[in-house]
This record gives sequence, structure tokens and C-alpha cells, in this order.
Amino acid sequence: MPDDIPVPATHDMGGIARFHCTPVEHDEAPPDAFGRQVDALRQVLAGKKLMTVDELRRGIESIPEGEYFALGYYERWLRSIALLMVEKGIVEKDVLP
Amino acid sequence: MAAPPRADSLALLDRLMAALQAKGVVTPAEIAERQANTDKASPETGARMVAKAWTDPAYRALLLSDGKAAAEAMGVSMAGAPPLGVLENTPTRHHLVVCTLCSCYPRAVLGYPPNWYKSFAYRSRAVREPRAVLAEWGLNLSDSVEIRVVDSTADYRWMVLPMRPAGTEGWEEARLAALVTRDSLVGVAVPAAA
Amino acid sequence: MSAPAQAAAPARFAAGATVRVKDDWPERRGPCHIRTPHYIRGRTGTVVRPLGAFPNPEDLAFARPAPTRTLYHVLFAQEPLWHEGKPGDTVMVEVFEHWLEEA
Repeated sequence: MPDDIPVPATHDMGGIARFHCTPVEHDEAPPDAFGRQVDALRQVLAGKKLMTVDELRRGIESIPEGEYFALGYYERWLRSIALLMVEKGIVEKDVLP
Repeated sequence: MAAPPRADSLALLDRLMAALQAKGVVTPAEIAERQANTDKASPETGARMVAKAWTDPAYRALLLSDGKAAAEAMGVSMAGAPPLGVLENTPTRHHLVVCTLCSCYPRAVLGYPPNWYKSFAYRSRAVREPRAVLAEWGLNLSDSVEIRVVDSTADYRWMVLPMRPAGTEGWEEARLAALVTRDSLVGVAVPAAA
Repeated sequence: MSAPAQAAAPARFAAGATVRVKDDWPERRGPCHIRTPHYIRGRTGTVVRPLGAFPNPEDLAFARPAPTRTLYHVLFAQEPLWHEGKPGDTVMVEVFEHWLEEA
């Protein structure tokens, strides 16, 4: 691909060809215990002004493409939250994988 | 279906929670309380708002001009929630909401977003081929209807105000609300009188 | 709308204005967080209405002081974006003022 045609960032998915032929699966399963806990953790940390939703998104967007697609939704959130807590010095970096 | 979390993700959550607790940043009780609150939000709220808008012109005007105030008028606490915008379907315009960048969703009035809303296929396809996506789910709109895809990219959260189905004249709000599905509030379906 | 419209510069564009989204790709210059999707960059649309002013997410994402920017609903015809689709169908996107220029 010529250098002057920008490639969208991984998360910037509108219209990309990769999923053009993928049906939208009617998945109505409610979030599991893991997802609900991560969701609540994000809200509690945001309520304590320790992170913003914008920082959460920036952290998710920094996940390498392979992992971004391999991880589930709340797994990506958790990666981002953990990175942010380390980045801010709130927890030690040995928390990270 | 969405895969269960990987073992390394479960372990990461355990380590992070332990570290945050050890530092006195969060307690399990706080997490549990927040989770219980979040679990309570459901599309029934959005459905009640729509049914009221169908029967009360003043409320309809409020809903369309200030969704957050309209939610609060129904007893929903919107403190700290993002602004809520409401998009009115008409005989010539149908709205479909997506968030191509992440998964922004009007959680205060619809609850947790469903997995399909967060799926890569929906995020990439809804904005480019909405008619194909809707047709796969059984909604075939006339060519005379403009499909307006709403990409929820910034500070608002968006909910659709669907059209009141024919044959519901004189119905009470509760009976109308039962027709309003979550899908119709996102725009992947339209309400019908059974 | 009940936008938490904080004191900000008056909206530069009014409803009905024709605007072009900047053809800018900050992701090529380094770490960033932007809410302008790739598929509207360089494209021309119509302002539906200003939505209020909000702290710039590009700064919030890095915990920097975030000046408020006016946010707009901008409408694009669908078919020119993708070279497919039905004429008359549209896409409406929230875009911050600093991404827009007169067209």
C-alpha cells in the first residue's frame, strides 16, 4: 500500500473491509460476572476521579491489533484500566502480565 | 457468542483488585454496590419514555429537546450521565445508532449494551451498509425512507423515538410501552402492534 | 438540548453550513486519541446543529487541561463516503469544531 494512503487505527472500524462479510450475530447474552465486575470497577474509579472514560478509550486504543481482536470487550477494558492505574502510580507495575 | 474471559484476564482482574484494595483505593463493597446499581438499568425505561411521548405532546417535545430532563421526569437519576439525545423517526426518516469507535450507548435508559452492538461486525457494517444489516435482521425499509445512521462518536448518547404503530389508538401507556423493544430504541427494529 | 454547555467561544458554524472535515491523520504522528472517524476525514457535510461545548477529549485522554470545544452534528450523504449505498441515505456524526473548516 502506498505510504500516502493512511490506514485507520484498529478501533476506527466504520466501513472497514475486514468484517464486510461477517453477519451481525444476534448475541443477547447478558454480561457475565467478569464483565460486570470490570464495568463496576471502571465506574468506581471514575467516581473517585482516578480515571476518565477518555483515558479508558485511549488505553483500549493502545492495545496491539492482534490482542485487540483476540480479547473480549471487557478484557480490553481491564487491560486499559490496569495500564492506567500503573501509569498513574496507583498500583505497582507487577500487576501487569 | 461472546467467548468467556481468558484465564490470564481473570488473573489480571484478581491482581488488580487485590492491589487496589491493598492501597485502600477501592473496596469490594463499593464494587458490589455499583454493580447492583448498573444491573438495575434496563430498556424498560426507554420504552416508558417512548410510550409517554406517544401519548403526551408536551412530554414528546421535552424528550426531543432534552432527553436527560425527560429521563429525569420519569424518575431516572441522570446525575453524571452524558447528555441524552433523542432522534425522531418519521414516515420518511429512520434512524440507526452505532458507535464505530467503541460502543457508546445510552446505558442510563437502556441498560448494558448487548453484545451485538459491541461486535466488530456491527461497528463496521452498520455505518456502511445499513440496509443490508437491517435486512439480515428482518427489517426491510422502503426505498422512500431515508436511513440516517447516527455514529455516536463523542459526548452524547443517542436513543431513537420510533413511530407509534398503527392500530394502537386509545391504548394506555403501559400497553404501548410493552410494544417498544430495546432493538427499536437502537433502530434495528420498529415496533408493531401484534 | 441539555448539553452541559460550558462557557466557550460562540459556535463558529450555524445549522445548514457546509463544512469540510480536515483531512488530518494525527495517528501517523504519534500517540493520540481522536473522536473523528477516518471515513469522514476530507469529506464535506452539512451542519445539522451545534450540540454544545465539551472539554476536548483529545486532551482528556491524556489527563491534560482540556479547553472546551463546540461539538456539532454533521450530516454526510452515505453514497459518496463508500461508493455504495442508496442515494438519500445519510450518516450523522458528532464532530468537534477544530476538525471542521468552511467548505
